[in-house]
Amino acid sequence: MAPTPNQPLTRDQAKVMNRYDITKRMLTHLHHDEAVIGGIGYSNFDLWAASENPNGRRQQNFYMLGSMGLAVPIALGVALAQPQRRTIALEGDGSILMQLGCLGTVAARAQRNLIVVILDNGAYQITGGQKTLTEQGVDIVAVARAEGLAQSAWAADESAFEEMIDRALTEDGPWLIGCRIDNNKPVDTTERDPSRIRDQFMRGLGVKK
Amino acid sequence: MADGAPERAWYEIVRDVLKQHKVSLVPYVPDNVLRPLIELIESDPFFTAFAVAREEEGLGIAAGAWMGGTRAILLMQTSGFATLANQLASLSVPFQIPTMMIVSERGTLGEFNIGQMLVARTMRPVLDCLAIEHHTVTRLDEVEFIFDRSITQAVATLGPVCFILSPLLTGGKVFAK
Repeated sequence: MAPTPNQPLTRDQAKVMNRYDITKRMLTHLHHDEAVIGGIGYSNFDLWAASENPNGRRQQNFYMLGSMGLAVPIALGVALAQPQRRTIALEGDGSILMQLGCLGTVAARAQRNLIVVILDNGAYQITGGQKTLTEQGVDIVAVARAEGLAQSAWAADESAFEEMIDRALTEDGPWLIGCRIDNNKPVDTTERDPSRIRDQFMRGLGVKK
Repeated sequence: MADGAPERAWYEIVRDVLKQHKVSLVPYVPDNVLRPLIELIESDPFFTAFAVAREEEGLGIAAGAWMGGTRAILLMQTSGFATLANQLASLSVPFQIPTMMIVSERGTLGEFNIGQMLVARTMRPVLDCLAIEHHTVTRLDEVEFIFDRSITQAVATLGPVCFILSPLLTGGKVFAK
């Protein structure tokens, strides 16, 4: 993806958005039961919160309760198993910094149905807001490009993010979208019931009836 | 085995059992002892096999694949297994995902690297304290039975399983001057 005025090259130029708000916006673009893997902590807390609706909570979400750094690998596994379904990994900056090699694996597989969304607030927010490396010069979009993910860009603002998600949902990936986010608390807390989470997710993917 | 049929090597038996059980996705971090198995699997279009940067990543890929309806097995050596305690304890076991693993055993029966020897001692205690089923495969005539029964059990009970390939089976890695 070539940088345009709407998709600035550097992290510094991207607008600081809100995690719940952009998660909610992303979900409004999902109309084909796309799988969403929420990374550890606040990334999946706001996914949980944003997925509540009058018909019950969205089933095609998986919420990690540990295994920090594995949102992208889990999403790659789902994408390999179900090539007709788009799969999205929602991962924080602290988490992806732990597992940078996985972006190279995604690029090497050229996994066309995989979308990585990085929620970057530059902090280990859940442990007290200590700075991550992205606040000290590491640009995850640039790292992703250097690992071979050519279609990687920062979202300039909310409307740019929605445009990029739409494009990633219709054109071949893999894609990586960087989103700078603020340090607001998540709206809710994910229910910590791992077997239920796994069971619901598998039913949502049609693997279990 | 039928009379007169040529005896299969351990890696041929493993490949055949994986196919019987539709275990088709094989992320790995390579190891010299596993090389014949990796080469066999990569040359067979039934399998999707590729190297990952780190064992944790392979575990995540296998977990996602399971939830998406594809069976996977992760290949690594003993020192690689030592990086997985947190992922087994926070993903595979509590979420009831039958993570399947093959570990080529180093650190024993002629090990020449003290680091390998020491890290190998952490492997079975980690498996035991997480109550993960594991078998050390030492004999060619037991390979098929152990793999076949244990994969069935992992899938039926939604529990991880680890196959430890002993140097008694594979020959291991020997000291090179």
